[in-house]
Order: sequence, then structure tokens, then C-alpha cells
Amino acid sequence: MNDLLVLRIVTKILMPFILLFALYVQFHGDYGPGGGFQAGVIFGAGFILYGLVYGLDALRGVLSSDVLRAGFAIGLLIFAGVGVAGLLLGGNYLDYNVLSSDPVKGQHLGILLIEFGVGVTVASVMISIFYYFAGRGR
Amino acid sequence: MTAHLPALQVVITLLAAPACILVRGRDLTFWLALLTTWAAFAVSCLLLDQVMTSGIVSYELGGWAAPFGIEYRVDALNAFVLLIVSGIGAIVLPFTPRSLLIEMVGEKAYLFYCAFLLCVTGLLGVAITGDAFNLFVFLEISSLASCILISLGPHRRALTAAFQYLIVGTIGATFIVIGIGLIYGATGTLNLNDIAERLPATGYNRTVIAAFAFLIVGAAIKLALFPLHFWLPKAYTYAPSTVSAFLAATATKVGVYVLIRFLFTVFGVKFSFDILPTALPLMLLAVLAMFVASTVAIFQDSVKRMLAYSSVAQIGYMVLGLSLVTVDGLTASIVHLFNHALMKGALFLAIGCIAYRQSSFRIDDLAGMGRRMPWTMAAFTAGGLSLIGIPLTAGFISKWYLILAALAADEPLIAALIVISSLLAVIYVWRVVEAAYFREPGPGAPSGEAPLALLIPTWVLIALNVYFGIETSLPVGVSEHAARALMGAGP
Repeated sequence: MNDLLVLRIVTKILMPFILLFALYVQFHGDYGPGGGFQAGVIFGAGFILYGLVYGLDALRGVLSSDVLRAGFAIGLLIFAGVGVAGLLLGGNYLDYNVLSSDPVKGQHLGILLIEFGVGVTVASVMISIFYYFAGRGR
Repeated sequence: MTAHLPALQVVITLLAAPACILVRGRDLTFWLALLTTWAAFAVSCLLLDQVMTSGIVSYELGGWAAPFGIEYRVDALNAFVLLIVSGIGAIVLPFTPRSLLIEMVGEKAYLFYCAFLLCVTGLLGVAITGDAFNLFVFLEISSLASCILISLGPHRRALTAAFQYLIVGTIGATFIVIGIGLIYGATGTLNLNDIAERLPATGYNRTVIAAFAFLIVGAAIKLALFPLHFWLPKAYTYAPSTVSAFLAATATKVGVYVLIRFLFTVFGVKFSFDILPTALPLMLLAVLAMFVASTVAIFQDSVKRMLAYSSVAQIGYMVLGLSLVTVDGLTASIVHLFNHALMKGALFLAIGCIAYRQSSFRIDDLAGMGRRMPWTMAAFTAGGLSLIGIPLTAGFISKWYLILAALAADEPLIAALIVISSLLAVIYVWRVVEAAYFREPGPGAPSGEAPLALLIPTWVLIALNVYFGIETSLPVGVSEHAARALMGAGP
């Protein structure tokens, strides 16, 4: 892949912007269009682009399968954990009102955390699917 | 904390599943899975008690009020299905660490426990939720997880069986989600009880009829009603025995639950059976399932495949009961959900014990098994007797109530057919018993009993078969309660 100089340089330049845009979609999701799923896909797409241009081994060096597998679990645990936090603070399961003294702030915090959990899981799953397809026949 | 039991029922195993991936150690994940499944079982016992003493339990997820937010609604029927699913999970799980399956997957055992817990979560979620779309989501969770579990079978064909299960399961789920979409279009709500209240106002237009058809066919695929059962024999045959035991005892039961819920609670008896002629086709298919599947079971070489076809036949009994559209018939159906879970669970676990010693499940290769593995084979025989419906076993109770219900509904022909189809079960169970006890073991046949860790769960299920064959107040009491509520519900 050393001859594809333009692709390599452009990818390097674009990477931070793709990831930043993913974070924007993630954390601005409660004001504008977006949210955890979309952000996770964009974040994953950034890494997949890196993998396509620099090769699977380079990408594995950045993110190992073990890290991704932990990512699946941590995302889901964040989601379910926020629900349990609501339970422990005296509300129903997934009740965000009780997360903060002000119910509106509580709702805000709750949805932000939940969407973050979704984002982590979706990004990990996206990159893993790429690993499995790209790694076939090796 | 008792107010939060409905949420905990699903959340405990849902949290444990990803935790398994983080923990990774083989023994540690096993204990985590075991403790959480037992906790889920305890929760479902408490829920059933709560429902039987103080009526329907309703829980608003996230604190959003019922028709708008997702509601978990537990009545006698749900609570009973929850008890079946979590109870079978709690009994089957101790079987796993010594089973062949875990020895095969080795280091990756934690992924098995993760998939198992997700499957339990999905099935419990389908049973507990009062929201149509939430039901679909949990159905997908359980069927994707069970697809993973099936693919772990020792034979390479397990992969194609799992793939077929995935495709057929997806088709079934698609039918269900289309049906739910149409209902949502017609009524503007997703809450099952709210739908039931609003449906009469739609005048039962074509949208509602189409939704009904999609939902019933989707549920029929999921519960493997003849002739939509073709995915089931393959899946149960090639799945690891532990997984077959769990799925045979729970997955199709939850399918039957979905069918009952939509027919009786959501659409209501008047629409489902008076306006539309649903009872007769269901009854015909149920009788066909009983006879065709039992006959096919007689001619199987493999014990596992034989039991799988027998499951299709037994599902026929469950559907037959509800197609009588009487309180008695529905009671018999729900009792059979419970009893069949006990007997098929026990039989497949006995197969799992055999798998510990030999890889072949052909009936000819079971020759002399009664002497080679006496405890395992005794358990299999006892489970088989329950399957036939011999008095003092759980199977007898199901058949007894089913025949009484058929006679009470003035259907003596149906009652006779139930007895005749039970005779078919005698034939296929006898083929195994004959091979095991009356034939000499072949030269070089492995000998020796399965370890206690495998025998104990198997015998626990056998003991329950006998216990609930004598002391029937729990299943029959709860089923009658549920059936009364269902027949009274709806317009």
C-alpha cells in the first residue's frame, strides 16, 4: 500500500475530524439530530477507513480484538447500569429524574450516559464486524 | 425492593451477560451465570406469589405512565411462563460445566454463558413485557442468542441448522413486526392492553384482520406449529444436548405464550374466534401435528431427532387445548406448557448424559444402555413415561385435563384422538427402551455412568415430573386462574 500516497495522507488528515464529528454527533445528540447509534457508526467508520488504507495488522495494533470485546460489554453495562442507578436512587428502572436533584438535569444526564453506552457498543461491534470479514481466509 | 421485581426479572441476567465477557474465567463465569439465573428464578417465584395473592402487577419502565411508556405487566399467565423459563434455566445451568459442550468450547466457555444468559433474558423479556414492540425486541434477542447456542453443536451440521433457525426465526419475527406495525397504524398504540381496548373502535377493518393474520402466522413459526415446524427437528438434533434441553423446554413455550396473549388478550375471544374462524384451522393443525409428527418420530434413527419430532407433536396438544376456546381447554394448554417443559427438559438432559460416554445417538447404538448407564437410562425411561402420559407422572395430568376439556366441549372425537396419539408416543418411547434394556451391548460399547454433576439435574427434573404428577395444585391452580382471566378478558 506504500504507493497510495494520496490515500494515506488524506486518511491521516481526515481521521481526527471523523472522530471529532462522531463525538459531536454523540454528545450533541440530545439537542440536534444524532445519538449513540449514529455516533458509534461514524466512530467505527473512522477506524475502518484506517484499516482499509493501512491494513488490518496496523488497525489491530491500535485496537485489539480483546479491547473491542470489552467494548461490547462495557457499553451494555453502562446502559443497564444507569437503569440500576435509577433503581438504587429510589426511582423505577431507567428513571432518569432521580439521577440529579433537578428532574430536567436528571433526564439530560441519563440520556447522555445511555447514549454513550450505545455508542461504545455500536462502535466496537462495527469494527469487530470489519475484523471478521477482513480477517477471513487468513 | 419488591415493587421493582418486574424490572429485576429481566435486568439481573441482562447485566450478568456482558459481565461474563469482562470476567472471562471459565469457572467464574459459570458461577456468575448460575447465581444470576437462580436469582432470576427466585424473582419469578416471588412475582408468581405476588400475582396470585394480590392480582396483576404493573411496572412503568423509566417512570413513564402506561400507554405511553413501556409497561411490564404480570398476570397469572406471564408469571407462570416466567417461572417455567427461569426454573428450567436454573436447573439446566448446573448441568453445563461437566457437559461435553463446555469441554469442547474450552477457553471460550464465557461466550457460551454470555449467550445463554442473553437467551434467558430475551425469553423472560418476551414473557413479561406489556408492550408490543418491546416484545418483538426481546424475541429477537432470544432468537439471536439461541442461534449462537445451537451453532455450538458437536457436528458440523449444527452450523447449517443454526443458519436455518436464524433465517426462519427472522421470517417469523418479520411477520410479527409487520403485524405490530399494522396494529399500531390501526390503533395508534403499542401497549398490549391499550390495543385491546381500542381495537373494537376500529370496527375490525381490513388492517386489523391483516395484522391478526401476520401475528398469528409469525407466532406459529416461532412456536413450530405444524406445518411451520421444519426448522425445529434440525435445530434440536444438532444443538448440544444441554441447549436442546433448555430450548425445547422454554423457547417454544414462550412462542405458545405469545400466541395465547395475542389471541385472547389483545384481539379478544370475540374477534379471534367469533368474528374470524380461527379455532377450526388451529384445531386441525394441532391434530395433524399430533399424528404426523408422532408418526415421523416413530421412524427416526436418532433419539435426539425422535425427541425433536415428539416436541412438534406435543406443541400440537398445547394448541389443541387453546383451540377449544373454553376455560378448561385453556387450562389444559397452560398446564401442558409447564409439564412438557419438565419432561422434555429431563429427556434431553438424559441424552446429554449419554453424550458424555458416546457420540452416537442412533437407537441401535443404545443397545444394552440399561446395563451400561443404569441411572441415565432409568431417567430417560421415567421421562418417556411422562411423555406418554402414564398416571403418577406430570404428562398424565396434562392429558387428563386435555381429555376432560375435550369432553366438556362436546368433542368426543378429539378426546379419542388424544388417546390414540398417546399410543404413538408409546411406540417411539418403547423403541428406545427395548434397545436399552432388551438388547445385548455391542462389542466395545463404552460403559460407565455419567458423572453426578450431570445426573443430579436430570434426576431433579424427573423428580419434579413425579411430584407434579401427584401434587397438581400449583400448575393447575395457576393455569385455571390464568385461563379464567384470559376468557374473561377482551370484548
